[in-house]
Amino acid sequence: MLEIENLVTEFATRDGIARAVNDVSFELKPKEILGVVGESGSGKSVLGYSMIGLVDPPGRVVSGSVRFEGRELIGLPEEEMRALRGKRIAMIFQDPMMTLNPVLSIETQMVETVFAHESFDRAKARKICLENLELVGIASPERRLKQYPHEFSGGMRQRVAIAIALLHRPALIIADEPTTALDVTVQGQILYEMQRLVRETGAALVWITHDLSVVAGFADSVAVMYAGRIVENGRTEDVLHSPRHPYTRSLLDSVPANNIGQVRLRQIPGMTPSLARLPAGCSFRERCGHADAQCSSMPEMKTSVRCHHPLC
Amino acid sequence: MTVYVLRRLAQTLLVLFVTSGLVFGGLYLVGDPVEILVNPQADQEERARTAAALGLDKPVLEQYGLFLKGMFAGDLGKSFVFGRPALEVILERMPATLELAFLAMLMSVGLGIPLGLYAGLYPDRKTSKAIMAGSILGFSLPTFWVGLLLIMVFAVQLGWLPSTGRGPTENVFGFSISIFSVEGLRYAFLPSLNLALFKLSLIIRLTRAQVREQALLDYIRFARAKGLPRSRVIGVHLLKNILIPLVTVIGLELGSVIAFAIVTESIFAWPGMGKLVIDSIFQLDRPVVVAYLLVVVFMFIMINLVVDVLYSALDPRVRIAEAK
Amino acid sequence: MKEFLSNRIAATGLAMLMVVIAIALFAPWISPQNPYDLGKLDLMDSRLEPGGKYLLGTDGQGRDMLSAIFYGLRVSLLVGAASGVIALTLGGLLGVLAAYVGGRFESILMRIVDIQLGFPAILVALILIAVLGKGVDKIIFALVCVQWAYYARTARSAALVERGKEYMEAARGLGLSRTRIVLKHLLPNASPPLIVVGTVQVAHAIALEATLSFLGLGLPATEPSLGLLIANGYEYLLSGKYWISMYPGVALLLTILAINLVGDQLRDQLNPRLSRA
Repeated sequence: MLEIENLVTEFATRDGIARAVNDVSFELKPKEILGVVGESGSGKSVLGYSMIGLVDPPGRVVSGSVRFEGRELIGLPEEEMRALRGKRIAMIFQDPMMTLNPVLSIETQMVETVFAHESFDRAKARKICLENLELVGIASPERRLKQYPHEFSGGMRQRVAIAIALLHRPALIIADEPTTALDVTVQGQILYEMQRLVRETGAALVWITHDLSVVAGFADSVAVMYAGRIVENGRTEDVLHSPRHPYTRSLLDSVPANNIGQVRLRQIPGMTPSLARLPAGCSFRERCGHADAQCSSMPEMKTSVRCHHPLC
Repeated sequence: MTVYVLRRLAQTLLVLFVTSGLVFGGLYLVGDPVEILVNPQADQEERARTAAALGLDKPVLEQYGLFLKGMFAGDLGKSFVFGRPALEVILERMPATLELAFLAMLMSVGLGIPLGLYAGLYPDRKTSKAIMAGSILGFSLPTFWVGLLLIMVFAVQLGWLPSTGRGPTENVFGFSISIFSVEGLRYAFLPSLNLALFKLSLIIRLTRAQVREQALLDYIRFARAKGLPRSRVIGVHLLKNILIPLVTVIGLELGSVIAFAIVTESIFAWPGMGKLVIDSIFQLDRPVVVAYLLVVVFMFIMINLVVDVLYSALDPRVRIAEAK
Repeated sequence: MKEFLSNRIAATGLAMLMVVIAIALFAPWISPQNPYDLGKLDLMDSRLEPGGKYLLGTDGQGRDMLSAIFYGLRVSLLVGAASGVIALTLGGLLGVLAAYVGGRFESILMRIVDIQLGFPAILVALILIAVLGKGVDKIIFALVCVQWAYYARTARSAALVERGKEYMEAARGLGLSRTRIVLKHLLPNASPPLIVVGTVQVAHAIALEATLSFLGLGLPATEPSLGLLIANGYEYLLSGKYWISMYPGVALLLTILAINLVGDQLRDQLNPRLSRA
């Protein structure tokens, strides 16, 4: 349903050209859930924007292809892309405080989304909105519809955003860290709801997060991103239980749940490199415990792992 | 809300009281209006008679006391020059100033917001850079000098528009208004353009800064991700958010336009309150100056109040905070 | 400084400003004539067009416009700079003090600032001049009264931010005196925003003084600033003798523009929040 091939997205910055998405390829089947994991600055959000045509200048998709339901999205005229957005591909964002317009009522923001793609009358549009609010577990939707975003809690706001994303029953939902800004308990609820909703509506889901543990019990497959590249991807069990890239291993070692009462949590030394000034060769080598001279030249690529060290 | 309005009104009274005292006292010290009003050859006796007729022979504190008493009764004293109630003289001139201010605000908001929006949405285009360069120029041009240039170019050199004075007026709901006729607009165009230029630059710069700030926010991205047409993202989502801070500024600027009309009216010989107050300052017509200030201060405070109310109507967050 | 000069427009502004200041400082030495020595004026030369003997023409009294502009610039800049420095010192100190002392003093001071800033500068200045009369000292006083509130507000908010920082705790912990804390620690840290406000305000002050002088309410005719020169040329404007009003106006515009260009760049540079992302 979704095939991404050699996608490259660049940003012109003061320090030079930053490749936020660098030669990324993956595939997604209908109803599949993919977790995209990476630290901040790894390019995972930009990957999401690239898929839905929301990369703004100074950024642009330079090359590669995004095929969705048999259509090439890169280079698609803006009007056709707009007709797809919100209709076949929906996106939800990190901070529910920021994604809903503070000065428009929930009703306005939902109904306009219906009208963006369908020419129903107002009563029918309202009915669809109410159904969807109910679907995401919002009580007394009739009253809630008239309210403004600031009258909702963070979790409720994110539910509204999800309801908006589901309005047209999209085939693909891109979720950019939708639980990061929420309380831990609310996070769990939203995760659970999301899982239920994609199953009920039959949507495929790309879940972008920096938190491996979120993805663990939830995604069918995982792609690990570092410095704009997918360094490793595969079935969730495979990647979590037998990581093959040193970066994935380091990430796993730094998750608390993975080693209760065992060894000290291990930090990954150093900082994510600036995308405009990547070291030559493997971009992880300066932080990698396994790095050797070979890593300074571009490492040979195995099927899905961009590292020459056999870890498994 | 009511408490808030009451508190603001109390503050209004205080400010009015202080202003009147400062100005009254100050003007008393500057010069003797009798000197200007009477014939230079007049003898001592005639001077004394004039002074007594104007109530100027009493001690200054008593004069001020009488003035305050009158103020609360809506009587701001008689103009020395016109021999009529000062308030009446002011109110008579007010429509002329207000129509100028209205036209100027219309021009600066009507042009400023679209231009600022454009410059903010497409910051790298040549047109945007030209708009911004124009706005910093407009920001630096002294209003009165621009007025002279406008007269020189459009009235003297090209002869397209009249340079001074106000066009024919007609009676609209008891006010004499000149801007409802083409001829009247021809007279009003240059002065209101002159008055608008500085504000136009200000509104362009403000709108642009707001757009640049808001356009990066997630709610705009989300609105686009919903598949909304660009016209709706900009015209509804973005515009409504930038309007909130703009309304405050525009309200304050309306007050400042009324004040700045003093300069424009002097250049274009526009018979408004601004021209009146300048003339009155020179003629030491104290009641008119004081009445003008009180009227203007009162207007400012009312404008501020309206802005606050409007603000809460536009921003649902404020509405709720007050209801609680 | 390097970053400043890398912006071509800002560098131009700075260069223009330097030239303007130099002209104002050295006016008596570089002017072709002393425009206020009546003995040097030749009425036969009055209202001559630009070019020829007088580069920018002459006014109604046969005064060389170029010299008049140089001298006028001197007065305009003096008034702008003097009122700016006094208002900055006064407003800056009061603002920092308000942030440091807090309590009643702070709330009353800020109330006054709010109320005053609610009124257009021109109105406040006009009233003061109407009350005080003409004169360089009086106009400087009026401009200070108009401007101090901007500085006070800026200084207070900057100082409030600084007050919360750790080095302030340290300074207090060391037992430094209040005066010392305010003067040596709060004030210097509040100065970048004050400088930015200062450039804008000086430009405003110069424009305001010119406006008042134009209205006949600013400076006496013995010390004509650019505004008064423009006003003097006003009567000739309608008869097509544009230069008497026009060139002083250009000089005024260039001065204000130069200051605004420098101010714009300073604001972008000194304020990290506003720097282009």
